[in-house]
Amino acid sequence: MKDNDIRLLTIFTEAALETSLVKDIEQLGASGYTITNARGKGSHGLRGATWEANSNIRIEVICSLEVSKQLTEHLKNSYYENYAMVIFTTQIEVLRSNKFTS
Amino acid sequence: MNTIDPVIWFFLFGLLAGALKSELRLPSQIYDFVSMLLLLTIGMKGGVELANQPFTLLLPQIGVVVMAGFLLPFLAFPVLRYVGRFTRADSASIAAHYGSVSVGTFAVAVAYMNSHSIDFEEHMALFVVLLEIPAILVGIVLAKGLSKKMQWSKVGHEVMLGKGVMFLIGGLLIGWLSGPSGVESISPLFFDLFKGVLALFLLEMGLITATQLGSLKRYGPFLLTFGIVTPLIFAVLGTLVGLGLDLSAGGTAILATLFASASYIAVPAAMRISVPEANPTLSLTASLGVTFPFNILIGIPLYYWLANYFYLILFS
Repeated sequence: MKDNDIRLLTIFTEAALETSLVKDIEQLGASGYTITNARGKGSHGLRGATWEANSNIRIEVICSLEVSKQLTEHLKNSYYENYAMVIFTTQIEVLRSNKFTS
Repeated sequence: MNTIDPVIWFFLFGLLAGALKSELRLPSQIYDFVSMLLLLTIGMKGGVELANQPFTLLLPQIGVVVMAGFLLPFLAFPVLRYVGRFTRADSASIAAHYGSVSVGTFAVAVAYMNSHSIDFEEHMALFVVLLEIPAILVGIVLAKGLSKKMQWSKVGHEVMLGKGVMFLIGGLLIGWLSGPSGVESISPLFFDLFKGVLALFLLEMGLITATQLGSLKRYGPFLLTFGIVTPLIFAVLGTLVGLGLDLSAGGTAILATLFASASYIAVPAAMRISVPEANPTLSLTASLGVTFPFNILIGIPLYYWLANYFYLILFS
C-alpha cells in the first residue's frame, strides 16, 4: 500500500454519541482513534465544553482510503439526519503507514 | 424565612455573569469534580440513613415513589402534544425530563432544610435514584411505542451506567455498608464541605442557565408557562403522596421538590441516544431555563409552606 492512500478522518459531533461512534469506528476496521473535547459555534449554536448535554467532541481517525470511505458513508446514513455532525477527510503522510492500513 | 441562602446568591451571580456575557466559567474538570462530590455525598447520606432502619419498612414507600415516577410523564405528555402542539418525539422527550428528577434541585432543597433546621427523612436520597429512571423508559415508549426494534440493552446501559446514577448508587451503597460511624472519617470532605461545593455547582448552573435564555425567547410563551405550571401541579401531587406516606413536613416538601424538578443530566443524555429525532433544545430550555431557577428560587420555600399548610389542615 502506498503512503498517499492514508486519510485523516475528522469528526466534530455531540459528546452524547461517543460510545456508539467508537463502536462503529472499531467495527468498520479502523485500527484506532483519538478523541478530544471541543467547543465552538456552528449551526446548532454555541457549544460549551463544561456541560455534557451541550458539549462536543472531535474524533480523529487515521485509516486507509477504503475504511475512510466506508466510515463516512455509514456515519452519514446513521447520524446526519438527527445529530450535529461535521465530517471531513484529508490526505496525509504518516510515518509507519502500515500501522494504519492493516 | 425570607433570607436568601448564600448558595442561591452564587446561582444568581452565575446567571448575571452569563447574561452579561462575561468570560467567567468553571474549568470543566472542576465542574465534573464538584458534581461528583455532590452526587456521592447525597448518595452516602441516604445510605447511612438506610443503615439505621430495616429496609423492609421502606418497601411500601419505594413502591409508591417508583409508581409515581412512571405516572408523571403520562400526565405531562398529552399537554405537550395537544396544547403545546409539539411532535410526538418532542412531547415524549420533554415529558421524560419532567417525570425524572434534578439532583441539583434536590441538593438545594436539602441545604434549605438544613439551614432552616427543618427535620426530614434522610433516606429521601434513595428516592432521587428511584425517580431518575422510570420516566426515561416511559419517555422512550411514548416516543416509539413498544417496538421490538428498540435496543433496550443499549438504553439500559446508558441509563444505569451513566455518571449520575452510578455515583448516586455507589455513594448509597458505600454509606449503607459503612454505617454512621464508618463514614465519620471521610465526612470532612463530603459532608462538611457540602454547602461550599453546592455553591460552586450552582455558580456553574447559573452560567449554564444563562445560555438557555436565548432559546427561551425563540420558543416562547408555551414553554415558559409549561416550565412553571408543571412543577406547581407535580409539587401538589408530591405533597399529597408525601402526606399519604406519613412523611414529616420537611420530607413531604422534599418529595414535592423531587416531583416538581426536571432532569437536565441523565435524561438529556438518554433521550439523545434513544429518541434522536427529539429536539434537545426544547426540553433543556424548559427544564434548565425555566424550571430549575423557578424551583430553587421560589419553588422550594413554596413547597415547604404548602407541606406545612396541609399538615395544619389535616392534623389540627
